[in-house]
Amino acid sequence: MSTIKAGYIRHLDFKQGRVEMSHGSGGRAMAQLIDELFLAAFDNPMLRQMNDQAAFEVPAGRMVMATDCHVVSPLFFAGGDIGSLAVHGTINDVAMAGAQPMYLAAGFILEEGFPLADLRRIVESMAGAAREAGVAIVTGDTKVVEQGKGDGVFITTTGVGMVPPGVNISGDRARPGDKVLVSGMLGDHGVAIMSQRENLTFSTSIVSDTAALHGLVAAMLAAAPNIHCLRDPTRGGLATTLNELAKQSGVGIDIEEQALPVRDEVRAACELLGLDPLYVANEGKLVAICSADDAHRLLETMRAHPLGRHAAIIGEVRADPHCFVQMNTSFGGRRNVDWLSGEQLPRIC
Amino acid sequence: MKYINEFRDGKLARAIGEAIRREVDPARQYNLMEFCGGHTHAIARYGLPDLLPRNVRMIHGPGCPVCVLPIGRIDNAIAIASLPNVILCSFGDTMRVPASGQSSLQRAKARGADIRMVYSSLDAVSIAQQHPDREVVFFAIGFETTTPTTAVAVKQAEALGLRNFSVFCNHVLTPAALDAILSADQDNAPQVHGVVGPAHVSTVIGSQPYEAFTARYNKPLVIAGFEPLDVLQSVRMLVRQLNEGRAEVENEYTRTVTSAGNRRAQALVADMFELRPSFEWRGLGEVPWSALQFRPRYRGFDAEARFAVEKHAVADAKACECGTILRGLKEPKDCKIFGTVCTPENPVGACMVSSEGACAAYYTYGRFTIPIEQAPS
Repeated sequence: MSTIKAGYIRHLDFKQGRVEMSHGSGGRAMAQLIDELFLAAFDNPMLRQMNDQAAFEVPAGRMVMATDCHVVSPLFFAGGDIGSLAVHGTINDVAMAGAQPMYLAAGFILEEGFPLADLRRIVESMAGAAREAGVAIVTGDTKVVEQGKGDGVFITTTGVGMVPPGVNISGDRARPGDKVLVSGMLGDHGVAIMSQRENLTFSTSIVSDTAALHGLVAAMLAAAPNIHCLRDPTRGGLATTLNELAKQSGVGIDIEEQALPVRDEVRAACELLGLDPLYVANEGKLVAICSADDAHRLLETMRAHPLGRHAAIIGEVRADPHCFVQMNTSFGGRRNVDWLSGEQLPRIC
Repeated sequence: MKYINEFRDGKLARAIGEAIRREVDPARQYNLMEFCGGHTHAIARYGLPDLLPRNVRMIHGPGCPVCVLPIGRIDNAIAIASLPNVILCSFGDTMRVPASGQSSLQRAKARGADIRMVYSSLDAVSIAQQHPDREVVFFAIGFETTTPTTAVAVKQAEALGLRNFSVFCNHVLTPAALDAILSADQDNAPQVHGVVGPAHVSTVIGSQPYEAFTARYNKPLVIAGFEPLDVLQSVRMLVRQLNEGRAEVENEYTRTVTSAGNRRAQALVADMFELRPSFEWRGLGEVPWSALQFRPRYRGFDAEARFAVEKHAVADAKACECGTILRGLKEPKDCKIFGTVCTPENPVGACMVSSEGACAAYYTYGRFTIPIEQAPS
């Protein structure tokens, strides 16, 4: 930063100011926004170089890369906001390969007229989430669209990470006899979001479970390096994730309704809204599939971690050419757990 | 969840299942129609058929309000929504109901129509208040359960003096549909031996209106709640009536249903609506006196009058077996397009539309399931 410029520029008005078209034009206003907001919040040596890209050394081994777009409505919800969600979402996608996340890139699409105060709140929340996760946001981009052509803020994050040697996690590795585990209570995020939508008037004590899961994954891999599959059941919930894994691996999956960890409040809210907790989104949970021999060790390790306290073994993999997911209901019957059809919760992540 | 979990108790369910097995006559077939989609959903979701003996067969009735909406009425709604300056408010599950030409409310919305999903009829009134310069139309559907809520919305709009609010009324009547099915059943070989009667509908209309049917068709009817134990218990009560040669109205859902029903709701509806001479149902065709329209005093709120909606009949898809499935003559898996051309993502017929429809319930929960144990035949 030149010392001459500082005296001539009126600082961004984070109290009353709003996003203007010029903030995305590539000119001085954009430079100021980057300088006073993004750089100040995400501050790290790579970003400070102010290049259009980040350059970093790469250790030997397998890298993973993942990207995630975030369009959640409302932008702020109990337990988080679009900023923390954007950081956690991509970190989790990287971590589900068993990788240690290293760096994030962030793209912002801002709507003209969006309050700068809200933008700062979101950016600072992102910075906090990234700091807490130990993952730096090293490059980014900002565009502004005219009023009415966006919905406040859309954020896309891309992450890279390194897979430790010997770890081979993939959705196609589930085998008959394997056990299926989840890391905790299902449906918190979806219900927290639903309760705050403008046209739904119910209040709940449920907060979003949004969290970065790479720490939990690292602990799990230390206990059981041969985990077969990991996936975070976000949109479409547990049911959709299990169907994806069953299809990818060419197997069937059986789950026990009684073993599913779901809070009473979530059950009640789902009952009220006519939803099935199996299809409600999570943002801080994972599904793991491992050999039966590893299952109990893995469960103990998960339960010892703060993000896996309510972990449970919920079912097992079986041979099935149809690749169906089925559930033994607590009622004593048996039913298919199908893919989500249509949309259950519009825009929740 | 107190007062709900009790009605989903697996141990009790197995005990009732056992009792039903003991009580059925192995030489006899028990075809029981559950009228409501809520029952169909519970049966599929909790896997109830696994607990029933093989000679007790559940036939899925037409009581799914979304499913029975005919193509023509959806086309009408899309036409209204496509008019300049109109906001159409619809319940979520109506959005995907197939209309003519591969259209639906959801697709019309994507093409630019202002269609908003609401959770309550009163949300539509709020939208009308917020947009005094726009015409706000509530797409009202449903049986007797939802009609009073539409009436309340109209009353509220009237009290607020809203001139930009109207209702596209598609409210239909349970007894008329039941009559259409049972009378058609008389002509064919009788398929339905007993009826699991509506739950929420009966809280409004009471148990008394069904007495005409049990007498006329000599078939028992048991009103049942939507929880799985309610359904199982009602099956047991129907089996008993059939074994004893009785054909009565019995009420399993005594915790909310009375003989007379909700008189205030009935009065509200009677004040605002009158019978339509005829209404088209998907799968059943034209059924006389089976739906409601606004009385003259409330015509100001009638979207059909305001937007000059014309009757528009469109035949159901030819390959679709919904009509025969709703009458219990066929099962979803007997339909040639079930699960191939017709899926919940791209429904062709009525029964695949809502999660309460027979085909959608089969598709989502029942396809290719492997029974845990084969029930004794």
